[in-house]
Amino acid sequence: MGRYVARRLGQMVIVLIGATMVLFACLFVLPGDPVGSIAGSDKARDPAVVAELKARYGLDKSLPEQYVNYVSKVATGDLGEDFIQRREVSEILGPKLANTAKLALLAITLVTVFGMGVGIIAALYRYSILDMATTFFTTMAVGFPTFVIGMLLMKWFAVELQWFPQLGGDKLEGMVLPAVTLAITDIAFVARLTRGTMLEVLRADYVKTAVAKGLPRRRVLFKHVLRNSSIPVVTYLGISFGALLGGALITEAIFNWDGVGLALVQAIQQQNNPIVIGVVTYSVAIFVVLSLIVDLLYAALDPRIRLS
Amino acid sequence: MSELVKSPAIGDESPVSATAAAAPEATPKQLTQWAEIRHRFVQNKLAVVGLVIICLLFLTAIFGNMFAPFDPGAQDLENTLASPNGTHWMGTDALGRDMFSRLIAGTRVAMFVGLASIFFAVLIGVALGAIAGYFAGFADTLVMRIADVFLAFPLMIGAVVIILVTGRGITPVIISLAVFSWATVSRLLRSSILSVREMDYVHAAKALGASGWRIVRTHILPNSLTPVLVYATFNVGTTIIGVAALSFLGAGVPVDVPEWGNMLAAGQAFIGVHDYLWLYPSLFVVVTVLGFAFVGDGLRDALDPKLR
Repeated sequence: MGRYVARRLGQMVIVLIGATMVLFACLFVLPGDPVGSIAGSDKARDPAVVAELKARYGLDKSLPEQYVNYVSKVATGDLGEDFIQRREVSEILGPKLANTAKLALLAITLVTVFGMGVGIIAALYRYSILDMATTFFTTMAVGFPTFVIGMLLMKWFAVELQWFPQLGGDKLEGMVLPAVTLAITDIAFVARLTRGTMLEVLRADYVKTAVAKGLPRRRVLFKHVLRNSSIPVVTYLGISFGALLGGALITEAIFNWDGVGLALVQAIQQQNNPIVIGVVTYSVAIFVVLSLIVDLLYAALDPRIRLS
Repeated sequence: MSELVKSPAIGDESPVSATAAAAPEATPKQLTQWAEIRHRFVQNKLAVVGLVIICLLFLTAIFGNMFAPFDPGAQDLENTLASPNGTHWMGTDALGRDMFSRLIAGTRVAMFVGLASIFFAVLIGVALGAIAGYFAGFADTLVMRIADVFLAFPLMIGAVVIILVTGRGITPVIISLAVFSWATVSRLLRSSILSVREMDYVHAAKALGASGWRIVRTHILPNSLTPVLVYATFNVGTTIIGVAALSFLGAGVPVDVPEWGNMLAAGQAFIGVHDYLWLYPSLFVVVTVLGFAFVGDGLRDALDPKLR
């Protein structure tokens, strides 16, 4: 196991270096003029001010120097100063991260409870009305993009029924609609995955043996079936949580939820590169780290993985 | 998965096809492989529905401008925000442009951009995946690590960064979506080449004295391309969602292009007031995505009955 962990850690570092290089390369060839967005219009610009600003943000250095500078700073959690408010990026993003995390946590809880719940019931009562409804729901769910779901939920539950506020505030009610928007598609996928793996495990010889030797149904279900069929589901949930933590651009934009996704969308429109770099680096890192955790968990649960 | 990360895993059990599987398969003795595949495909009702949808979309994309009642760009400022009526079947937008004609024009944009980005993703993915699969060792490691780097970017976040660099436009959208989708294709192709290479029929062909080229051409390639073909079909829909999502965020095709995402973004402000402004574009997106998803599922079941 130790060797496997070391190998995966090494891979993770390589991926992170590669990803920061891709990001950096993209931003370096940017045609826009970040100094212009601080120094104001082109005419009233003082060359001395421009030079000073360039020096201040390290834009006068060579490309490799800027990259090394950026990586060594990011590694210590220092994301620099943003172009608009002239505040520390980490200070600006801190509360937004918390908001995104809150939303992600609620969404993943909904996905786990409803996705697995529906999937288990559908598998246990195969070909029942509920199972067919699940099949229909999971088949249709692929077709509904986040923005359609978000707008439909907003129309029904915020505008017409007025159960929830239209825009997410700090209160719990404001979180419900964005969280449900994020969760619905995943609930469908998790339900489908749970149902599929459950049906597979239910056919396995060790389950037949457990039933044949007279174990109570409940015990077979919890000790044998659920434990074994949850492995791929847990993997999916882990990856999904990583993606949610990385910021949900569309959902946050629809419900005006003050998280990193919305921050990224706004920063892109304002050419506020430090914020863009900050959010993208963070969201790639969190995704990679969570994938690693999921892989290690998988390897711990299933010895076939780490030995191959 | 939150919004639009990567597509659902291929090979997970498709509940849709369960009904098709249960239907009696009267396979005549002497059928070519293609006839057999076609036979299995048409037995899947949803797949046929999907195929009809796709054909209609192609016809609309190609000949749409001939039967569109109005010029999609023509403004009628005396007739803005008209509800659906006899002349304007789906109403007019805030500038008095005919929604139906714009949706038809949007079909062409969606199909072109969606298919083009999938095409480039498959092109890059197949080339690199084949290299990784055939030449194991260093090339394999290199390609797979590069793929890991690109997979670490959530699709929307990666695409948005590229658009930031290039500015809005049709070509940037195609490129940005392709750049962050090829990695899955190359992974799929590599792993299927690796498993097909060890199949009994390949060993058998080798034992019978078939040449290396013949084995690659008639056995390895056709059998390992199946998952790529299924993935590509299924993901045209996902990519079309991506196109619309980018415009929705203000980072897609230019605002004046009649495109579904642009129309959705414009309609968002009228939720609860003029719902037809976003409901009709949503309908077009959903139907399109489902069409490709159904055909993708149907193809998977038809090409490899073992998978279901």
